Amino acid sequence: MSQPMVSRGFRGRQRSVEANLPPGQYLTNDFPVLSAGPTPRTQLAKWDFTIVGTTLVQPKRWTWDEFQALPRVTIQADIHCVTRWSKLGTRWEGVALDTLLARVQHQARFVIAYCDGGYSTNLPLNEVLGGKAWVVDSYEGAPLAPEHGGPARLLVPHRYFWKSTKWVRGLELSVDDRPGFWESLGYHNDGDPWREQRYQGD
Amino acid sequence: MDASRRLDGNAAAGLLREIFCWEMTSAAVTCGNCGATNAVGALIIYASPMGTVLRCPACEQPLVRVVRTSNDYWLDISGARCIQVTPDTAAT
Ligand SMILES: [Zn+2]
Repeated sequence: MSQPMVSRGFRGRQRSVEANLPPGQYLTNDFPVLSAGPTPRTQLAKWDFTIVGTTLVQPKRWTWDEFQALPRVTIQADIHCVTRWSKLGTRWEGVALDTLLARVQHQARFVIAYCDGGYSTNLPLNEVLGGKAWVVDSYEGAPLAPEHGGPARLLVPHRYFWKSTKWVRGLELSVDDRPGFWESLGYHNDGDPWREQRYQGD
Repeated sequence: MDASRRLDGNAAAGLLREIFCWEMTSAAVTCGNCGATNAVGALIIYASPMGTVLRCPACEQPLVRVVRTSNDYWLDISGARCIQVTPDTAAT
């Protein structure tokens, strides 16, 4: 077998990029927009974020201004779309789910994020606690654009990017798991890019 | 007397094959949300790399969702109250 003639430096760079890419992914510098419907445009004055659930002692609601007053963090993360593009080192700002969920008492084990546009996604609680998931409203130092999920989207970088649902408006805390918009239509319930869990049965 | 009968899986698959082998563009879909009836060709179609969503032109509710995975088609028609298909007799 013949080896292609490449310089040592080039191969070194390739290896370091590939080390950050889950199996079957390619690197992009673009930020592709995937649309399964019209882009919701909720005015900030009408926007709120709620946490509900049957085991909740008291449901919780934040207006946009109240949400802005919560403790904020900046996040730098690699994101991996199930359609095979990955984008490294994206920068976001928002509120950790730890911060939001610390303000409610419940006995749930699953989170179902619900969104404008009728979208939803499901995650086990232990996959979103411990600094692993955020509600973000800023991307690369600017307010998050509507086509990328603004005013606010979920950010769960260790799962395929469809679970970082756009236009998030709240969390339902549930005792039982319940597949979301894509998880109920053939996509994997967990969606771990490093285990290449794209579709059900992967 | 009950004229219905239990179909086995193969017979049911044959039935679906009969339905979906027709040209579907003119099939009439009734929205489960607002009740509007439109031909498939008149629905709003979003073809995303993740899947295709056919929406009601009156209220934007998803009527039909299709995902092609590695091995299967996944079809969700729960947003449609009814789909009316006219057999294309000229093709048979
Ligand atoms: Zn409708």
